[in-house]
Amino acid sequence: MRRFIEQRPIWSVILFCLAAVLIWMIFAVWPQWLTSLIGRKKIFLNALFNGITLGGLYFLVASGFTLIFGLMRNVNLAHGSLYLLGGYIGYGVASSTGYWILAFPVSFFVVGAFGVLLQFFVFRRMEGQDLRQTLVTIGISIVMADLMLWIWGGDFYNINPPSWLSGPIETFFITGVKRSTGEFIFMKYPIVRLVILAASVVIGFGMWLLLNRTQIGMMIRAGVDDRDMLSATGARIQLVFVGVFAFGAGLAGLAGVVGGTFQSIAPGEDIRFLLASLVVVIVGGMGSITGAAIGAALIGLAEQFGSVYLPTYAVVVTFVIMVAVLAFRPQGIMGKA
Amino acid sequence: MRNTLLATVSLAAMLVTGAASAQDGTIKVGVLATLEGTYTVLGEDGVRGLKTAMNEVGDKVGGKNIELIIQSTDASPDSAVRGARKLVEQDKVDIVIGPLSGSEGIALRDYAKTQPQVTILNGISGAQETTFVDPAENFFRFNMDGAQWGAGLGEYVFNDKGWKNVAAVAEDYSFGYTNFLGFAHGYCDAGGKIVERLWVPLGTKDFGSIIAALPDDVDAIYLGLGGGDAVNFLNQYQQAGGDANLIGGTIMVDGTVLSAKGDAKKALIGTPSSGPQADTWDDPKWQAYVKSYQDSFPPDQRFPSPSLLATGYYNATHAAMQCLNDVKGDLSDGQKSFRQCLTGLELDAPNGKIVLDGNRQAVGSNFVIEVVELDDGNLATKMVKKVDNVTQTLGQDEAEFRKLGLPSRDILECS
Repeated sequence: MRRFIEQRPIWSVILFCLAAVLIWMIFAVWPQWLTSLIGRKKIFLNALFNGITLGGLYFLVASGFTLIFGLMRNVNLAHGSLYLLGGYIGYGVASSTGYWILAFPVSFFVVGAFGVLLQFFVFRRMEGQDLRQTLVTIGISIVMADLMLWIWGGDFYNINPPSWLSGPIETFFITGVKRSTGEFIFMKYPIVRLVILAASVVIGFGMWLLLNRTQIGMMIRAGVDDRDMLSATGARIQLVFVGVFAFGAGLAGLAGVVGGTFQSIAPGEDIRFLLASLVVVIVGGMGSITGAAIGAALIGLAEQFGSVYLPTYAVVVTFVIMVAVLAFRPQGIMGKA
Repeated sequence: MRNTLLATVSLAAMLVTGAASAQDGTIKVGVLATLEGTYTVLGEDGVRGLKTAMNEVGDKVGGKNIELIIQSTDASPDSAVRGARKLVEQDKVDIVIGPLSGSEGIALRDYAKTQPQVTILNGISGAQETTFVDPAENFFRFNMDGAQWGAGLGEYVFNDKGWKNVAAVAEDYSFGYTNFLGFAHGYCDAGGKIVERLWVPLGTKDFGSIIAALPDDVDAIYLGLGGGDAVNFLNQYQQAGGDANLIGGTIMVDGTVLSAKGDAKKALIGTPSSGPQADTWDDPKWQAYVKSYQDSFPPDQRFPSPSLLATGYYNATHAAMQCLNDVKGDLSDGQKSFRQCLTGLELDAPNGKIVLDGNRQAVGSNFVIEVVELDDGNLATKMVKKVDNVTQTLGQDEAEFRKLGLPSRDILECS
C-alpha cells in the first residue's frame, strides 16, 4: 500500500477522494440538491448493496472457474452447468428435508464429486490440449442442459430460505429524515442477501488463507506459476488437480443454491452464469482469486447501478467495462502479463 | 465415390417420398413451437393444446390424412425463420401452425410474404405489429395481440379497485410495450395516473435496485414481466418486504409462473390481471375444453389446466381443421378456397367466439381475472369480468388509434 502511494501519488489522491465521497454519500443525510440531481438516497444505497451482494454470488461462481483455469489452463465451459446442477440438487434437498442450510454442503459435495469424475474421465485424458478440452466442455454443457431439462423440466425453481431469513431487516444506514417529526428513516434490506454477502466474504477470505497460508495453497500457487517444475519437485500434481477441480466445481454447486434462493433456477441460467463468470474472470484477470473478487464486485455494481440510473443501457454497461479492461489492461486488473 | 453415390440415392429417395405424399391424399401440417431454451415449458404446453385439438378432430380431415411435423424453435426470430424454412422448403408442408413468441411472429410475417403458396396460422405470438403493420396475405392470427389482452383491466382497476395512481415495471421489448398499452389505454381513459415506468431488459434476474426505486406513494404496481423474470421479481419483492397492491400483465399470471416451484408466486394471490382466458370459468364449452386437455395427457405431463399458450395453439388448429373439412381438403389454386374459409370463419372457441378483421387478426373476448388459491394449493385465475368484441384498435377508430403510435416506452402518457 505504501509502495503504491509512493509510486503513484496522483492516483492515490484521486482514489482517496473518491473513497471519501463514497463514504460521505453512504452515511450522510443527503442535501436537497443531491437528491434532485441523482434521485433519492434509498435508491443509491440499495443499488450499492445489491451490487455488492450480486457480486458475492458472481464471485462464488467465478472463483472456482478462475482457480481451475489458473492451475490447469483449462477453460471449463461446463462451469455454468455445474452451477445449475447445484441449484437443482439444493432445491431437492431443501424441499425434501426442510433444512435450507443442509442444501449447501450436499450441493457442494455432490457437485464436487461430479467434478472429480469430470477431471478423472475427461480432462486427464486430454491434458494440455486446450482446443479439445474447450470443445469437449461445450459438448458436456449441452448434454447436461438437456439431461437436466429432462429430469427437472423447464419450470422455475425457488429455494425457500427459512422464515427467520425471509423479509427485510432495518439497518443503521439513514436514507432520509421524516419531514413531520424529524426522525431518521433507516434503510430496510433483505436479510437473506446480507447473509449471502457475509457467506461469500467468509468463503473468499477462507480461500485466501488456504492459498496463502497453507502447504496445499503453496502447491497450488506453485502449480499456477510453473506446473512442470512443481511436478519435477515430486509434488503429486494429479492429486492437486483433482482436489482443485473438485473444490471449484463444489463452489459452483454452492453458488447454485445461493442463486436459487435469491433468484431462481431454470434452464438457461447455466449459460447466463457461464457468461457472467467469463466476464468476471476477464475483467479480474485469469487465475487470480483477488481479481475474481474485484471483477465480481465491479460487474455486480455495474448491473445494479445500470438498472436504475441507465435503464436503457443496463445490458451494455457490463460489456463496456470488459472492453475498457481489454483495451487498457488486456491481462485483467489483477492478472499477470 | 461411395459417399457421393449414397448421397444421390438418398436425395432421390427423398424427392420420391416428397412427390408421393402430395398425391396420396395427405396434408402436411408443420408446427413451430419453442421446445428449447427459456420458453421450453411454454412451447410444450402449446403443443399439448395442438394435440388436444387433433385428438378431437381425429386424424382424417376432409377425407385426407393429416401429417404433423413438429419443429422446435428457441423464441428468437432467426430460429423461427430457420424452422419455418425447414418445414416449408424441405418438408414441403401446406400449412404452418405457429409461432409462439412475439418477435418470432413478426419474423414469420415477413417470411410468409416470400412463400405465398403456404398458409400460416399464428400459434399464440402476441406482438401488435405482426398483423397491424404491413400484414401478409397468408398469415392468419386467431388469437388477440398483447394490447387486446389488456382490454378491460384499466377500467376495472380504477373503478372497482379504486387504485388512482400506479407505477409500472415492465419488460423492455415489443410484447412488454404492447401488453402495457392495452392496460394504459383503459386506465388513462378512466382517469388513472401512471406516475413512473421502469423498463427492464428482458432476462433481468436481479431486481433488487428496481424494487428500491419503486415509489412508496402509489396505490398499486403494474408488473409486465414473464417467465423466470416474473418469478425472480416476486421472490425478491417478498424478501425486500414489499406489500403494495400488484397488477399483473398477461404473462405475469399465466400457468408457467403460477406453477413455479417455491413460495414466491404466493405474492400474486388476489392480483388482478387480464388475458384471453380465465382458468376456472364455468362456461360449459370452456369446461369441456379443460376436460379434453386433462384427458389427453397424464397429470404429471401437463399443467393442472391449459395455459393460454395451449389455448392459442388449440384454437389455431381447430380453425385450420374446420376449414380443411369445409373445403374437403382442397388446397388447389394457391389454397384459395381454404383461405376464403379462414377469412370468413366464426370460430366457436372455448374462450369465446373469434372472428377475423380485415388484417386477418382476431377479434374476440378478453377476460379480466384475479389470481385465487384453489383447495389443492394450486394457483389459478378466476374471471371477474368479460369484455366482448375486443378489436385490435381497442374499440377506437383505426386512424385515431394509429395516431397514438406503435407501442413503445412512452406511449400513452398520463401522469
